[in-house]
Amino acid sequence: MLKMVVCMKQVPMASELPWDAATGTLLRNLAEGMINPACRSALEAALRIKAAEGGEITAITMGPPMAEEVLHEAIALGADRGVLLTDRKMAGADTGVTSYTLARAIEKVCPEFDLILCGFATIDSETAQVGPQLTEELAIPGVAYVDEIEVCGRTIRMQRRSDNFLETLEMDLPGLITVTTGVHAPHHVPLGGLQAAFDKADILSLAAEELGLDPERIGVKGSATRILNVYSPTAAKKNLVLTGAPKRIVEQLFERFDDKLGGAIGKDLKTGKRS
Amino acid sequence: MSAKKRGIWVFGDYRNYFQNRVTLQLLSRAQELAKKIDGEVCAVVFGHDVDEYVGEYIAHGAEKIYLTKHPDLKHYSMEIYTFLMERLARRENPEIILIGATAFGREFAPRVAKRLGTGLTADCIGLDINEEGLLVQMAPSFGGNLVAEIVTPERRPQMATVRPGTFQEIPHNYVRTGEVVRTPMPEGTPAERVRLIRSERFPQRGGKLEDAKVVVCGGRGMGSKKKFAKLFELAELLNGEVGATRPVVYAGLAGHDSLVGQAGKQIRPQILFSFGISGAIQHTAACHDARFIIAVNKNPNASMMKQADVAIVADASQICTTLIQELKRRIRS
Repeated sequence: MLKMVVCMKQVPMASELPWDAATGTLLRNLAEGMINPACRSALEAALRIKAAEGGEITAITMGPPMAEEVLHEAIALGADRGVLLTDRKMAGADTGVTSYTLARAIEKVCPEFDLILCGFATIDSETAQVGPQLTEELAIPGVAYVDEIEVCGRTIRMQRRSDNFLETLEMDLPGLITVTTGVHAPHHVPLGGLQAAFDKADILSLAAEELGLDPERIGVKGSATRILNVYSPTAAKKNLVLTGAPKRIVEQLFERFDDKLGGAIGKDLKTGKRS
Repeated sequence: MSAKKRGIWVFGDYRNYFQNRVTLQLLSRAQELAKKIDGEVCAVVFGHDVDEYVGEYIAHGAEKIYLTKHPDLKHYSMEIYTFLMERLARRENPEIILIGATAFGREFAPRVAKRLGTGLTADCIGLDINEEGLLVQMAPSFGGNLVAEIVTPERRPQMATVRPGTFQEIPHNYVRTGEVVRTPMPEGTPAERVRLIRSERFPQRGGKLEDAKVVVCGGRGMGSKKKFAKLFELAELLNGEVGATRPVVYAGLAGHDSLVGQAGKQIRPQILFSFGISGAIQHTAACHDARFIIAVNKNPNASMMKQADVAIVADASQICTTLIQELKRRIRS
């Protein structure tokens, strides 16, 4: 029976993220949250291992109180319990600090873990750094960007695409993997399960002090990087704007650029003017 | 008094040398940065048969090469490379370490940064030195609508990863010379705990999208899977290829192979059609080399529309359909 920990992050569903111009931070409370897609794949991988080998899944997340939602969803999908790390002091963490915080929490709530699964990256920050850094924090072997997983006793075999190579790798547990979204198509949340998950979920909420974290090493304070400035990169080109009925727009496009278009595709597009 | 120059290191990511030019691109940028902080451009090379790369890196601007050669380093090895890099950095105290955001680099860099207790910015689209002499790391942020300028004010080294294609390499010059600092494999180098069972070259998927003269890219604004499928018809008429944005790929409307963006393909077509794409930086950073951009979006203020040569304010799917009809008519006649 494997003890598994799945690290999850709640990310905003909107692509146009609202943010506070004054502080340069996300106004997360305004956005609908969802489980980050790759974290969802990590959970799916854990669920399949559980189904095949037997096991116990702890879903863990760090974030504002509303991040608890992803734990309910994880439990509805088949995770056994959830752990929420929430504390204002943890806010604004960079990846180094996040991995420190997660590592100490995992050591506290699931010290006998066999396998830790993370999504390879999140869609809101996309650094792909937390998984590899968590591997370092826990001083265990780890592999990132895993596409396929096969557990055999105390050994895990993995396949991944790494640059131009298809690699098959193996390591002994305990270990950590970060999985791609290609790993498994996630199944849907059963509605009945979701109700049950909200009614009687085993969710533990922990703050910085309860984790025994060094206050100097967490949140914004502990982060090595600083955001100096945030700007919109759009340097507007002097361009041609076409509006109106689609038919008229397309006609104008050909009237002006038939040479350019025809040249690029190696076809004469001028002849249409006859009609 | 020590006149030691401040080291600007570039990790020598030589695997797939002919396709993967990111190390050379970083060496080029490092030379620009070195001028501003009186720095010394160094490449770090771990491997076995790597003399060829040492020569190439010097020819492309490295003044110094830190080299560790050993048969155990024949294949890229995450744990051993991390161990070697940490030791070397602790000994030499570089100011900056730049690592190409290849699959290997994107796993290697965060591990090295963690060991060294320093910060790391992923996927920078620009690097500069500010008036305080700090490395300014420009990275897409907040879902790609904005660029954040990030610094590592106190801890050293300052570290960043950069996607291939972000900077231009400079032409080689084989007359250049450089110092090679050899470090033997240290005693007590831990064995790699992740075993490489098999590694085969991935069948090249043709690089069709990267080399296409015409690319038809679709985003969320195309509406539905059925409507998105029309882009393939249009692309065929244009002898082009279809690209997609990340939300579209995540929604399963297009395969990961067609992802145009920092996490996918870099394209440089003569003509780029952009349908229903808002223009997150992760996407636009991968198509800024397109020579002529025609963007269609209902929102005239979308970032993609501002960067286009022709901005069509309309429903993307309708324009796609109308274009198909018109092209068929013109090609037939």
